[in-house]
Amino acid sequence: MKIDNEVILNIAELAQLEVKDEMISQYADKMTAMLNLIEEMQSVNTDNIEPVSNPLDAVQTMREDKVTEKDLRDEYQAIAPEVDSGLYLVPRVVE
Amino acid sequence: MTDWHSKTIKEMSIDLAKGEYSSEELTRHFLKRIEQHEPNLNSFISTFPEQAISLAQQSDEKRREGNSEPLLGIPIAHKDIFCTKGQRTTAGSNMLDNFISPYDATVVENLKTAGTINMGKANMDEFAMGSSNEHSAYGNTRNPWDLARVPGGSSGGSAAAVAAGLCAAATGTDTGGSIRQPAAFCGVTGLKPTYGRISRYGIIAFASSLDQAGPITRTAEDAAIMLEAMAGYDPKDSTSINQPVPSYSAKINDSIEGLKVGICKEYFTDGLDRNIEAAIQDAVKELEKLGAEISEVSLPNTKHAVPAYYVIAPAECSANLSRYDGVRFGHRCEDPADISDLIKRSRSEGFGEEVKSRIMVGTFALSAGYYDAYYRKAQQIRRLIKNDFLDAFKEVDLILGPTTPSPAFKIGEKSNDPVSMYLEDIYTISVNLAGLPAISLPAGMAQGLPVGMQLIGSHHSEAQLLNAAHQFQQQTDWHLKSPGLANAGTTEGKPL
Amino acid sequence: MSHLGEWEVVIGLEIHTQLSTQSKIFSGASTKFGAEPNTQACAIDLGMPGVLPVVNKEVYRKAVTFGLGIGAEINKRSVFDRKNYFYPDLPKGYQITQLESPIVMGGHVEIVLDDGTSKVINVTRAHLEEDAGKSLHENYHNQTGIDLNRAGTPLLEIVSEPEMRSAEEAVAYARYIHQLVTYLGVSDGNMSQGSLRCDANVSIRKHGQQELGTRTETKNVNSFRFLEAAINFEVERQIGILESGGRVIQETRLYDAVKNETRSMRSKETATDYRYFPEPDLLPIVIDDAYIDAVRAEMPELPAQRAVRFVEQYQLSEVDAALLSSNLDLANYFEEVTAICGDPKPASNWIRVELLGLLNRDDIEISESPLPSAQLGKLIQRILDDTISGKIGKQVFEALWQGVARDVDDYIAHEGLKQVSDSGELEAIVDKVIADNPAQVEQFRAGKTKLMGFFVGQIMKETQGKANPKQVNALVSSRLND
Repeated sequence: MKIDNEVILNIAELAQLEVKDEMISQYADKMTAMLNLIEEMQSVNTDNIEPVSNPLDAVQTMREDKVTEKDLRDEYQAIAPEVDSGLYLVPRVVE
Repeated sequence: MTDWHSKTIKEMSIDLAKGEYSSEELTRHFLKRIEQHEPNLNSFISTFPEQAISLAQQSDEKRREGNSEPLLGIPIAHKDIFCTKGQRTTAGSNMLDNFISPYDATVVENLKTAGTINMGKANMDEFAMGSSNEHSAYGNTRNPWDLARVPGGSSGGSAAAVAAGLCAAATGTDTGGSIRQPAAFCGVTGLKPTYGRISRYGIIAFASSLDQAGPITRTAEDAAIMLEAMAGYDPKDSTSINQPVPSYSAKINDSIEGLKVGICKEYFTDGLDRNIEAAIQDAVKELEKLGAEISEVSLPNTKHAVPAYYVIAPAECSANLSRYDGVRFGHRCEDPADISDLIKRSRSEGFGEEVKSRIMVGTFALSAGYYDAYYRKAQQIRRLIKNDFLDAFKEVDLILGPTTPSPAFKIGEKSNDPVSMYLEDIYTISVNLAGLPAISLPAGMAQGLPVGMQLIGSHHSEAQLLNAAHQFQQQTDWHLKSPGLANAGTTEGKPL
Repeated sequence: MSHLGEWEVVIGLEIHTQLSTQSKIFSGASTKFGAEPNTQACAIDLGMPGVLPVVNKEVYRKAVTFGLGIGAEINKRSVFDRKNYFYPDLPKGYQITQLESPIVMGGHVEIVLDDGTSKVINVTRAHLEEDAGKSLHENYHNQTGIDLNRAGTPLLEIVSEPEMRSAEEAVAYARYIHQLVTYLGVSDGNMSQGSLRCDANVSIRKHGQQELGTRTETKNVNSFRFLEAAINFEVERQIGILESGGRVIQETRLYDAVKNETRSMRSKETATDYRYFPEPDLLPIVIDDAYIDAVRAEMPELPAQRAVRFVEQYQLSEVDAALLSSNLDLANYFEEVTAICGDPKPASNWIRVELLGLLNRDDIEISESPLPSAQLGKLIQRILDDTISGKIGKQVFEALWQGVARDVDDYIAHEGLKQVSDSGELEAIVDKVIADNPAQVEQFRAGKTKLMGFFVGQIMKETQGKANPKQVNALVSSRLND
């Protein structure tokens, strides 16, 4: 499988990464090499094989519905890039 | 100059109890060694000398009050992927260069409770993606055995620091071999427990279904002591194992007479370095002397492990790393034009190339039309690999093989060929896919570089693994070898 | 709707209902409404590095309760998935939701339309997910402020089949779901606080056409009135496009209540490939029949069951029973009033005629009624035990509504409204009225018995309405017929 530039740009958009024009073909080559590596999987017969999502096939335990967290806004916002009146600020979002 | 740094935790603990030296003296000794060797090794991203001394003084105080925990006053390092409250936690990335964690990882908390002294945060490949530490935003760590070589990765800083005697032990994380491979390259002992044995809470996620923390130590006995403190069910991690933590040290001295050890034939193929193969054969003989019964086992799907891993890990990381968007913490670009520019540019500036490549691969593998062919397929292959192991463990107790196909390579040697670097993970990756515990321990030398032997156990068999590893270390002295660090202070291997 | 002509409207609704829990779906942060920005956003809600989600037991239980309430199949193994997209108020860059194995599969509800006909609407599925935060676009130096208090609030997304054929049906369905979730205690149903939000998938096609037309999704409509208006606007818009030869574009739209129109939300258009995959930080939730049975055993009564009980237990008419059970708070209110006054009939009358009249007039929810059930119950009790007359009762009711009165008994005592039942006192007044009106007495005795009312009225006037009417009647007639 060969990854072309259009695919790279589409993936970069989904991943919200900038790919500079001069880097596109470099990414395409890298991705193609990766895909060649993983393409090998297609030779394996996996009919009726249940996919693994947890290696121990464990099941979920749930927590009680209790409020256990206190307000640590000041601590959390001390490491934020930009805040005002308790809000995280970003450039204006148009809906 | 004393040789305290080449002692094991076990020995230090006895010395501290006897009052041979205090934790403060021990900590100062390690700090001096850090000062001396760090310029060459670059195994730490941050160090906390004053905090460490103050913690050591407190632990000496506790000891006077009668506390005798085995880890009380023992200086350790945390891989910089573990969140430590009030301290910078970078995951080796520019993205988190300014991230002061508001909380401790559960492992950090557990080790604090056990009395350890946190000396600093160990260098690592960015977000744990890499096998050489060349992908750290803070410069690569050097292998103490040869400063021109990589220490392995991603827990390369942890392994190098323990090998060089800059701390008594270090924490690491292992997603595809990131504890065991650097342990092998640096000649130390590295344990990756069963998936879920140690809480992942507060460990910066790479690939959630594969990530597992573990100790890097000088000996298996020390690994047992560390694991006992690190492990345990954590209600904050749904995937942590809800079973009590056994005493891993209790049976460590038992005989391994009659232990069934399987040699996996798929591990001894063309790519394996001849000197490593020879060292492993010698190690097998040592185990036989101890009464182990050796047989051959087959793990036929081994060759599919690397491809499956390089779908699953990037896919999970592509989502795990979406939280780094420049909004609430971490790197934010200057003067964003709009919200899209803010997110894209912050991410593109904050992440290094390897991380971006893996995010791209993972995004592709999950994208519309490819999910079944890649992600789902990989998770099915994962089942086949796990089943191979389950079948093998019906025949044998442990599986033995090399940790890596070749010893530590030169810095820069593989930077242009990521796929060949990925293939280096062949022996370690399937263990993560199956969620098994495995340990790498020094088992010889090849061209003056350490050789790692890997023992793989069935789920929850850490005690048995540590017992076998400890018995091997009672029989051999590879783990006692230390790098001369004779090159320290010379120019060889220094950054150009 | 005759103007639709050849067009048939097809509507499916996705209703997001906020589950009423103390803490969030994956963290121990409070879900309380109205807190200062980001004071209820903990490290997990903020998507900080290294944090992990843990599922809230109660969230799961409420979802199962809802599933049983619509006769759905409960998935014994449900799985959480990650839905990936970037948005500044989505902290992790993915939403934890359920795609392949939702907790509730199938089920149906029966809606009743204004003309009395009923229709079954099938539910496709209902799944658990976490809410996102809020983006505030005003007053931050031309920047957007992000408040993540709402992030991680538990939602149950209820997806209907595209089986509704008009805005009226859609509203009836949404109302039914609202009634159901509040009845089951699954949600507080408080729509002004966003506890129930509708996404309307609307398309049109020619009658008789099999395949569906291109649909649009109008998001986040948070009132029934707006839902009706948004759907009707969208139908008109699509007809306009198709009749002028255009094509409807599949897109997400937003309803603007001020302008009463829907408009395209271009900003959300890019993220169409959500790259779902199973959430590796959470494990499958596996339950057994015993769990389902236990939830079923604790299920509260459903509206229809309650109406039947009202007819049987209180001998209400079916119409009255249906009205009083239509809303959980109203039904509870009725039962509370009845328990205090001891008689369902006047309780039903007072609530339906007097209370609902005022609530509707002033557009107030029963839960916010200025008249607590305890006071109305006591008021009716005082009428029934002849402490006050019905007429005075209305006066007390008005005083309670206005907030002039707080406690029925205090008010009666304070205002001296107690009925005059002392026969000596009353006899004196009757005698006085008879003595003062000899002409009317004459006429009455001559056979003009209608004048009875006149005498009673005069006596009530003298007593400022406090005389017991039955007693007055008896006294007057015995005096006049002497």
